[in-house]
Amino acid sequence: MLHNLTLGELAGQLSAGRISSVEVTRHFLARIERLNPGLNAVITVTAAAALESAAAADRRRAAGESGSLLGIPLIHKDIFCTEGVRTSCGSRMLDNFIAPYDAAVVERLKAAGAVMLGKANMDEFAMGSSNETSFYGPVKNPWDPTKVPGGSSGGSAAAMAASLASFTTGTDTGGSIRQPAALTGVTGLKPTYGRISRYGMIAYASSLDQAGIFARSAADAAVVLELIAGFDARDSTSVDVPVPDYAALLAPPVAGLPLAGVKIGLLREFFDGLESRNAALIEDALRVFTSLGASTVEVSMPHLPLSVPAYYVVAAAEASSNLSRFDGVRFGYRCEQPKDLTDLYERSRGEGFGTEVKRRIMTGTYVLSAGYFDAYYLKAQRVRRLITDDFRAAFAEVDLVIGPTTPTPAFALGGTVDDPVTMYLNDIYTVSANLAGLPGMSLPCGFIDGLPVGVQLLGPHFSEGKLLATAHRYQQATDWHTHVPRGYE
Amino acid sequence: MSLTRQDVEKIAHLARLSITEHEMPVYVTSLSSIVNLVDQLSSVETGAVEPMAHPLDGQHQRLRPDVVSEADHRERYQTNAPIVQAGLYVVPRVIE
Repeated sequence: MLHNLTLGELAGQLSAGRISSVEVTRHFLARIERLNPGLNAVITVTAAAALESAAAADRRRAAGESGSLLGIPLIHKDIFCTEGVRTSCGSRMLDNFIAPYDAAVVERLKAAGAVMLGKANMDEFAMGSSNETSFYGPVKNPWDPTKVPGGSSGGSAAAMAASLASFTTGTDTGGSIRQPAALTGVTGLKPTYGRISRYGMIAYASSLDQAGIFARSAADAAVVLELIAGFDARDSTSVDVPVPDYAALLAPPVAGLPLAGVKIGLLREFFDGLESRNAALIEDALRVFTSLGASTVEVSMPHLPLSVPAYYVVAAAEASSNLSRFDGVRFGYRCEQPKDLTDLYERSRGEGFGTEVKRRIMTGTYVLSAGYFDAYYLKAQRVRRLITDDFRAAFAEVDLVIGPTTPTPAFALGGTVDDPVTMYLNDIYTVSANLAGLPGMSLPCGFIDGLPVGVQLLGPHFSEGKLLATAHRYQQATDWHTHVPRGYE
Repeated sequence: MSLTRQDVEKIAHLARLSITEHEMPVYVTSLSSIVNLVDQLSSVETGAVEPMAHPLDGQHQRLRPDVVSEADHRERYQTNAPIVQAGLYVVPRVIE
């Protein structure tokens, strides 16, 4: 079926003229119409604009153009500004916000001729690990509608797992790509901090936020990364490092085993207390890596257990500052009948933001306030450096580190949403990569009680090529990434 | 450490957030448990460790030539504003 084709296969069919982008786009729009009501993964469908861009892509192909994503449908997380299209960030605050320009990621994919089908649901302002904080209601996990898809990019992950698009975009501030990728059984890539421009991507925590990709496979993620990575002067954190030909790096070495010479470190702290069935699946994945020629060695990162508290101080502090722009004056929600300016600010924000967003803004305000700044904010930044130094020491010994992506498979909807600390601890394996700015991936590696489980790979800064190649070779030797939830075949 | 209702009211005011009566007890409890979580940071000695604000060492803010690089999009941007009059954002009276 069209929706199960890899990006390479679909581009091949389009360029051979066996199918048009308009037909592909119609096929996916029909799937969204049929399957999305049960998932709530897509909150804005841009059908007419999608068919127009598909027709434009077909004209470009007819004129002799080719391109790895020309005419291929995608869904953007609703955190990326899309000109003329509502960009809500999952919040009542921006329910009426029509973005006046395109985010860099949107712009680049548009230029490549990719076809946007719509915008994906998400935790409000990307704050959540279950997609239950969205103003538009929770997203259901395609593997089990009573379970969460993970968050914050839960809509993008569920849409990918349900094959509502050929690929989807997301953002990862503390695990918001890797965790939902694991919980929905898809491949998720969070690149190095600064690798992809954040221009037009609504800010949550600026020293942690990074855009990324959900795809059917590492090979597909490589194709998309190559087109969206690279320097952009409009993002002051964008890094001017050349973008390699990621797809070319996927080819196995001409001689020897596919992963010969690759040293993988097992993060000891990630296995402490890990549930035995989950640990067994990660160990199975490790055996695959070693059978492909990789060597493994245990590494210890003593400060990792502090990554959750360090993250929730840094992220909340930055969020309280970033979200101060939502004041009910220039854009977004405004309360009725404000009695004065303070009332306008307080009620517009109090009514426009949901419970979790307000909780994080207040946490951030508290840790930045007089008397607590040193004890919490600076302390968290010092611990952040210790965690980063732990990674640096590990990467002096090994090429990549490996561990679980999440402590458990998808959990029940409604189970923990009122217990923030328990919810935050779901991020235990993912937040450290954001604190250190590292690239990471989650790959499907098996199932527990019918729910997918992910294995996580992390590498040094700008090691996306090595991560993707390692992941690709794993996926050539396994078929976990090809499993599709029942009802979404 | 536990936060009191007064602490939460003060934080909410600093953050310019109205909190309803219904929400208040939820925040008193949950913010207290978050403070307990982040108090774990004090379990590690950080001494002279330099605070880390940014994950990529050695990256600095770039400068650009001091020339106009943005066109005027005021009208387009103001289409998202709740109330605009004569090209100005309207708010409740500030000076009596």
